[in-house]
Amino acid sequence: MHEVDMTKCLLLSMTEWRQLHAPHTPRVNRVHLQVGAFTCVEPAQLVTTWLVAVRGSWLEGAELVIEAVPLVGRCVRCNATYSPDPEQAYRSPCCDQSMEEIVSGRELRIRSVDYVLPDAISSAAGSPAPTSQASASPRETAPSHAPFATAPAL
Amino acid sequence: MHMPLEDTLGLNLLAANQHQAEHNREHFDAWELLCLNVMSSPGAGKTSLLERSLAALAGEYAMAVLEGDMTTQLDAERLEAVGVPVVPITTGRSCHLDAAMVSGGLKLLRQRLDPAGLDILWVENVGNLVCPAEFEVGEHRKVALLSVTEGDDKPLKYPVMFREAHCVLITKTDLLPHLPVQLERIEAHIRQVNPRCAVIPVSATSGEGIEAWHQWLKAQVAAIAPAAPAALVRA
Repeated sequence: MHEVDMTKCLLLSMTEWRQLHAPHTPRVNRVHLQVGAFTCVEPAQLVTTWLVAVRGSWLEGAELVIEAVPLVGRCVRCNATYSPDPEQAYRSPCCDQSMEEIVSGRELRIRSVDYVLPDAISSAAGSPAPTSQASASPRETAPSHAPFATAPAL
Repeated sequence: MHMPLEDTLGLNLLAANQHQAEHNREHFDAWELLCLNVMSSPGAGKTSLLERSLAALAGEYAMAVLEGDMTTQLDAERLEAVGVPVVPITTGRSCHLDAAMVSGGLKLLRQRLDPAGLDILWVENVGNLVCPAEFEVGEHRKVALLSVTEGDDKPLKYPVMFREAHCVLITKTDLLPHLPVQLERIEAHIRQVNPRCAVIPVSATSGEGIEAWHQWLKAQVAAIAPAAPAALVRA
């Protein structure tokens, strides 16, 4: 059940992300993950452990949305992409080559976070709330890697 | 109702572990040592291989072992008998070592010796073919073991471990005459999921293949920690 440890790592990453918005605590609606087929992670178990882990925390109520990414290989001989099949020893059907290059399927990625900032936005009174998060809303995009890279060692 | 926002993170799910792993590796690089993460299913022969390699290489390299074990210190005691410092890391119920546990092991190791004097740090992971593959600990090289008694289909059933490995040792080859498995088939299945890794058949009992394994190891030390072996400097 290493999904428990994966979830702990995910919560640590989310806590680092929250600090970007300090002193406000974002209310997270959804966390979008990409989980590749060629990983040791079972998405359903990840969702279960997430539900248990966030109970009573600042992330309670946040939904974990998992996008399954299929395993795609690239044939080393003809460059065609293919779906490696364990029953066929992952060999390329076009040229019968072993699985040299993996195009996708190794993803274990937090893609994005949907949230609202209640404290920050309550001051912008009066304006009607937009009905979707699409185009019109000013996207507040965090610098994606820097804050994590400079975080102190855990 | 507040304005919904979306942050694009594109961040590895295991980022927290990755950061600690990189931090560990910075230490290893500063100490100019090679760190190996040795992984396999339980009973594939990690400890027997280490006993043999530590004894054979102790004159040439200064080494230490971080030994991951779920509840006991049995393996650590076996390895200490060879005369190499061993720090046991009891993982409790966790089925793999992660970077933070190895960092904790390093703190204990530093109470006993200066790691800058080491050439090779062995991390013997918890016996498990699944979980350790995803949790980097800061190693320079991953070594996976697969014993001939496990059958030739394991590289296809547990492909991630074998895909990630830099070197796969097919162990217990002395038992091959008694088993309905072919070495060539095991090797071919490893190659299906990882055409680039080194594949070396070995037997810690008969000594077959051990020299080839040690040659591979010496090439990694030369590539990662090219300073003169500490054991020779001391001599």
